[in-house]
Amino acid sequence: MARKKEFDIFSHELVPEHRVLSEEEKEAILKKYKIKISQLPQIKASDPAVVALEAKPGDVIEIKRKSPTAGYYYYYRLVVED
Amino acid sequence: MQSIKKIIGSIEFGILSPQEIRKMSAAEITIPDTYDDDGYPIEGGLMDKRLGVIDPGLRCETCGARAGECPGHFGHVELARPIIHVGFAKTIHRVLESTCRECGRIKLSDEEIEEYMSKFEVMSDRRKARESLIKEIHKKAKERMVCPHCGAPQFPIKFERPTIYWELRKDEEGNEYRHRMMPSEIRERLEKIPDKDLPLLGLHPEKSRPEWMVLTVLPVPPVTMRPSITLESGIRAEDDLTHKLVDIIRINNRLKSNIEAGAPQLIIEDLWDLLQYHVTTYINNETSGVPPAKHKSGRPLKTLAQRLKGKEGRFRGNLSGKRVNFSARTVISPDPMISINEVGVPLAVAMELTVPEKVTEFNFEKLKQRVLNGPEKYPGANYVIDPEGRRIRLMENNLEIIAEKLDIGWTVERHLEDGDIVLFNRQPSLHRMSIMAHRVRVMPYKTFCLNLSVCPPYNADFDGDEMNLHVPQTEEAQAEAKILMEVQNHIISPRYGGPLIAGIQDHISGGYLLTREGAYFTRSEVEQMLMFAGVEVRELPKPDKVENGIELWSGKTIFSLILPEDLTIWYRNKLCDEPERCEALEKLIEEKLVPEPEEVRKLAYDGFVYIQNGKLLSGAIDKKAYGREDGKLLDIIVREYGAERARQFLDQVTKLSIWVITHKGFTTAIDDEDLPQEALDRIREIIREAEERVKRLIEAYRNGELEPLPGKTLEETLESHIMAVLAEARDNAGKVAERYLGMNNHAVIMAKTGARGKILNITQMAAMLGQQSIRGKRLYRGYRGRVLTHFKPDDLSARARGFIVNSYKSGLTPQEYFFHAMGGREGLVDTAVRTAQSGYMQRRLINALQDLKVDYDGTVRDPSGIIVQFKYGEDGIDPMKSWQGKTLDVDRIIVRTLLKARNSG
Repeated sequence: MARKKEFDIFSHELVPEHRVLSEEEKEAILKKYKIKISQLPQIKASDPAVVALEAKPGDVIEIKRKSPTAGYYYYYRLVVED
Repeated sequence: MQSIKKIIGSIEFGILSPQEIRKMSAAEITIPDTYDDDGYPIEGGLMDKRLGVIDPGLRCETCGARAGECPGHFGHVELARPIIHVGFAKTIHRVLESTCRECGRIKLSDEEIEEYMSKFEVMSDRRKARESLIKEIHKKAKERMVCPHCGAPQFPIKFERPTIYWELRKDEEGNEYRHRMMPSEIRERLEKIPDKDLPLLGLHPEKSRPEWMVLTVLPVPPVTMRPSITLESGIRAEDDLTHKLVDIIRINNRLKSNIEAGAPQLIIEDLWDLLQYHVTTYINNETSGVPPAKHKSGRPLKTLAQRLKGKEGRFRGNLSGKRVNFSARTVISPDPMISINEVGVPLAVAMELTVPEKVTEFNFEKLKQRVLNGPEKYPGANYVIDPEGRRIRLMENNLEIIAEKLDIGWTVERHLEDGDIVLFNRQPSLHRMSIMAHRVRVMPYKTFCLNLSVCPPYNADFDGDEMNLHVPQTEEAQAEAKILMEVQNHIISPRYGGPLIAGIQDHISGGYLLTREGAYFTRSEVEQMLMFAGVEVRELPKPDKVENGIELWSGKTIFSLILPEDLTIWYRNKLCDEPERCEALEKLIEEKLVPEPEEVRKLAYDGFVYIQNGKLLSGAIDKKAYGREDGKLLDIIVREYGAERARQFLDQVTKLSIWVITHKGFTTAIDDEDLPQEALDRIREIIREAEERVKRLIEAYRNGELEPLPGKTLEETLESHIMAVLAEARDNAGKVAERYLGMNNHAVIMAKTGARGKILNITQMAAMLGQQSIRGKRLYRGYRGRVLTHFKPDDLSARARGFIVNSYKSGLTPQEYFFHAMGGREGLVDTAVRTAQSGYMQRRLINALQDLKVDYDGTVRDPSGIIVQFKYGEDGIDPMKSWQGKTLDVDRIIVRTLLKARNSG
């Protein structure tokens, strides 16, 4: 198999911005919504965006999505093993 | 009826242990019989009086209560040998495979156990993840052929449906042989599994020990849940469960005596299997691989699992949905004179349904009169409830006595009266507007009446539809229904943020006839229509003009009478086909903001609506005013003046329209499709030209001169060219027809105002039908190379492939008729398939989403608190309160602010 050409998925217009949250930000999110970490939506560690960010299971990813009605919409997902 | 209210805090599911079964048992049942020859329950039999009583006159020996009051009590049967519970057969197999046959430990190393335990803790409440982990553990443990704890060799276990387990053993020499594991052996093995290993198998050590999945004691359900019925002939018919239990006890007794007598192993095992069969079918009579137990008549018995399962089962049939009291169902019919939030209830129904009303000092006299009227005379009452909670039925002979006793603190169940809140529903209840709260209007005749404007939310028509009505019985329920469910609160649909309850068909045609330029009415007409519509006017406005001494009012002036006084709005409507005139008006309004009415009148145009401070100055009313989905006027009134004002507006505007349309006369007939000869000639010419062009295309194709389009074969290219030519021909023919049919044509009025039908429908009636198609292609199936034998094979011309040059009015040729039927069939099949598929999809979606809710912090969560959306719909907006789906209509806010500033200063 030929080596896969490196491609930055975040340069594609359909891929929203992803960002790994710091520990403090993570705590802030859990506090804001008064939830346990297990109550966050999840994302698999094998997800291309997570792989590209080199995030580990246990990290929380912030996704900044465009929304036709709300402008921007932030979504948080917990990275889990698959 | 006095009852103690209890609140269920939580429910726990587990497996009954033999001790628990014995503990809750009121009697051991040993006799496989029910009643003796005198019809008296046999002691120790299946109808033992300790299990509760169903015969009137007898008393329960456990609780002492009579039939009807005694809830019934469980009994038990001591099984002579353990029996596999079919419901757990698979789980037993899994547990056996995962654990050591010698020491009973789970076949995982200590490290693995620790690892999995910690994983379980992490995913605490995610069910799906847990299930997949349990599966993984099972897979891993199954493969271990040597126990990591005691080193004992392990053998594969084969499970044979429904309840047979084989161990594929090997003796010292390595010869394989099968060993049948009897339930007693299985139970011994399961007993050995230590509590600490159970969580890894998905079991709870205290609530579901694995050995409890093998029955040693069988609970006998109370007689109250398997009552026997006495037929008219005096013969007792026992419940299916009782029949099955008789079988079980009979075989159990036989097995017991055989064991005691020391019968050969073979006979014992045969009986054991027979007992297993009976217990299996007792639990589930549809177990695969087991012949269902049958009644004498050959009907399969309805045993435990069958009682719970399926649409008619306990869950879907009796718990999620039940039959209810205080409800009615009958045919519906239209009544344009009642308000949209009313429902006409037949007198007969109103006298059957009741509303409980507490007697207070304020309603004492009224309710006393109701009681005196009794059940036969409307408005009366059917029952009263005294302060002790006793229900007393009102009858002709006790009315006066009870009326005399009636006092504050009593409750009267009075007949349904005008103004009562009821819920009205039509199936299928696909969205929340399928059940709305209406106010009662008691009426003669035998049908429910509803206003035509609420047909769309219910998807109702009057070709025999029936609807249901429910009467909320408490003040709380009535208040809730009024606030949340009343019709006017659902004028705006949450689906697209526009009106769903609106003017329909004639309401729109009528509105147009009323408000178009040049529509004038005499004093008597104006007075009549305002009376009819229920518009209260102290004084008529000044007449718009006087002709020959007759005062005349324009329809616009009359229409303005029902508009809110300070409403200002402008928009282009569906009738606008001269954009320049709209632009001129738009410019005027934008420049002056509040232009002089005279200036507007000079430019007035039916296609542009301008309402200034509640006065309709320009434009005719069409679907854009108060029609479904895009009724701007109605939309604005709901948002800026509230639901109640919108209801009033809708009631008045529809009645006004109906008055106009009935008094002006509105009908469409075949002569609405008449075209002058010159138009017909033009259409013939268009058809001829199109056919000529198609012929040329085919020639080009045959000669190989056709250039294929990108991504298409030569044939596909030809098809798409032909389709384009023919579609254009039909459009042109339509345009010709349109040119000759003006706004004095009723069919055109309906199409242009959006009341009913499209211009295309008129074109098809008057000019031509055009190309018939199946799956977007011209017709091609039928015979080899041709659709019908009337054409030559491989004839690609327009007429041979489903192009219809005739109109419905001119009449179709036999070939055309057949083509039309082919195209029409596709539509029918499509709708049939679509409803089936969308129904299934909706079921799946509802199942997936029904437990999600918006929390107080605006997040969407499932019942365990897992977040699905951090803000409902990304913006936290209720679509019903949005502006056509948008959060805000900034333009409207600016306009309103400017107008307010201008009007006050």
